[in-house]
Amino acid sequence: MKITREEVEHVARLSRLALEETEIDTLTGQMDQLLDYVEKLNDLDTEGSVPTAHAVPMENAFRADEIKPSIGLERALQNAPQSEESCFVVPKIIE
Amino acid sequence: MSFSQMSIRQLQQSLRDGKTSSVELTRACLERIAVTDARVNAFVTVCDESALAAAAEADRKLAAGEGGLLTGIPIAVKDIFNTAGVRTSCGSRILENYIAPYDATAFAKLQQQGAILLGKLNMDEFAMGSSNENSANGPVHNPWDLERVPGGSSGGSAATLAAGQAYATLGTDTGGSIRQPASFCGVVGIKPTYGRVSRYGVIAYASSLDQVGPLAHSVEDAALMLGVIAGYDPADSTSVDCPVPDYLTGLDGGVKGMKIGLPREYFIEGLDSAVKQAVEAAIEIYRGLGAEIVEVSLPHTDYAVACYYLIATAEASSNLARYDGVRYGVRQQAEGGLSGMYEKTRAAGFGDEVKRRIMLGTYALSSGYYDAYYLKAQKVRTLIREDFLKAFEQVDLLLTPVAPTAAFKLGEKTDDPLQMYLSDIFTIPVNLAGTCALSLPCGMDGQLPVGLQLIGQPFDEARILRAAQAYETETDWHKQRAPLD
Repeated sequence: MKITREEVEHVARLSRLALEETEIDTLTGQMDQLLDYVEKLNDLDTEGSVPTAHAVPMENAFRADEIKPSIGLERALQNAPQSEESCFVVPKIIE
Repeated sequence: MSFSQMSIRQLQQSLRDGKTSSVELTRACLERIAVTDARVNAFVTVCDESALAAAAEADRKLAAGEGGLLTGIPIAVKDIFNTAGVRTSCGSRILENYIAPYDATAFAKLQQQGAILLGKLNMDEFAMGSSNENSANGPVHNPWDLERVPGGSSGGSAATLAAGQAYATLGTDTGGSIRQPASFCGVVGIKPTYGRVSRYGVIAYASSLDQVGPLAHSVEDAALMLGVIAGYDPADSTSVDCPVPDYLTGLDGGVKGMKIGLPREYFIEGLDSAVKQAVEAAIEIYRGLGAEIVEVSLPHTDYAVACYYLIATAEASSNLARYDGVRYGVRQQAEGGLSGMYEKTRAAGFGDEVKRRIMLGTYALSSGYYDAYYLKAQKVRTLIREDFLKAFEQVDLLLTPVAPTAAFKLGEKTDDPLQMYLSDIFTIPVNLAGTCALSLPCGMDGQLPVGLQLIGQPFDEARILRAAQAYETETDWHKQRAPLD
């Protein structure tokens, strides 16, 4: 086994996903199969290979620090499940 | 006038000559959608009213001799593009009520040239899938055979063309999501070089792999569309500031003397015999047109799918962290305060495939596994990229199949994620390498289209378009129409 049920539950917590018991069962089997498949990468010697994070070799993209018009409060809040005045409202985090 | 046997340029000419009107074209598309889309399910939102209003405005401009390259032409875009004021749900329950507050750059550029937006197209949720079966809006059906998938994730973008509902579309391609559906639906699709087209306003899946591209009825139309959307955008710092050639000039330059490479790793066991025959016949046509055919090797091909499913899922797990029920999307009420709300919102809002990829990606990035999985995959990505760069020292472009088979049946692979992932085996390496490729129709497997893939050097879209045009001029595959009444 590449991954245990407990590890899957742990990853679900890290991913902020409240999964059903049956979903955990299915995912344990599927993730095990997929992790077994990707194991084939270990056939390759990558010693000295520089990791590619981006296909286009690129330095930092700088721009001038200028104030420009932005999207505005109304449009920024238009899709919020709950908002008040100029804020997004979330469930209480401190008792 | 039969639908879309005319190119966009010819159509524009007949609009300018007053032989037809944009309102007429747009109404015909909307009627076709009304008649066929209950069966195809390509559209998730149809913009009837705004499309007809825009068409009337286009007709005024055309009459005044004004307008751009696409004035009056009805198009549609994948529901991953932000389109101001229009619902943009990305195939997901979590965004089912999301109204885009602004326009994606690629879409804005189409509008600036006068294109008419017919609506938003169905897709796999967050562009994760190879069959368009992972959509909260239900699967798209392939117009060539309604029991089969259209490919994914831009399934709606390809199927709508095959169904004769629109003149051109936009899709996105992270591991083959433009090319594979183009192949399954018998249309042309281009995945440009990473950085060629702005990703601003495109809902992110795997940011180092995602790229925007057009799908169209012909190579010429695809070239025209690419010319409109390509170019540097200050709003996307990964877009590349290099000149965009005029893709239409030189399109008819032919392939005489061009060196075309056949990577031997793409002509393997498991390649369907009808696909193999169609691709081999295409090779003979190129030989006849004066191209030089050379065998080459991309030795790390077999590792691409494994490499992709670590990198793409890792990036996805990070990108999709933003769907937390705070700033947008459907929020679920739950016990357990803020994190209880997050966990419930995400569990209810995401479908199975999206959850699976978030989980795999989170695992690959988690403490103790980062080096073994994510970093290892990034190093293998370098080897895959170097394969392509070495091959391009010997040849001008590469020719391969797009997918190992023609369109498969709905439900055939839904229970086996790995088999589904392996259907992208010939398209994924191009995204990892970051270069450009296109898919064009090259034959039939019974009643189903087969696609040919041409892979170009980075930022050399012009050459693969020219090679595609040379093939298309010699053949009639792109003129075939799906038997959909």
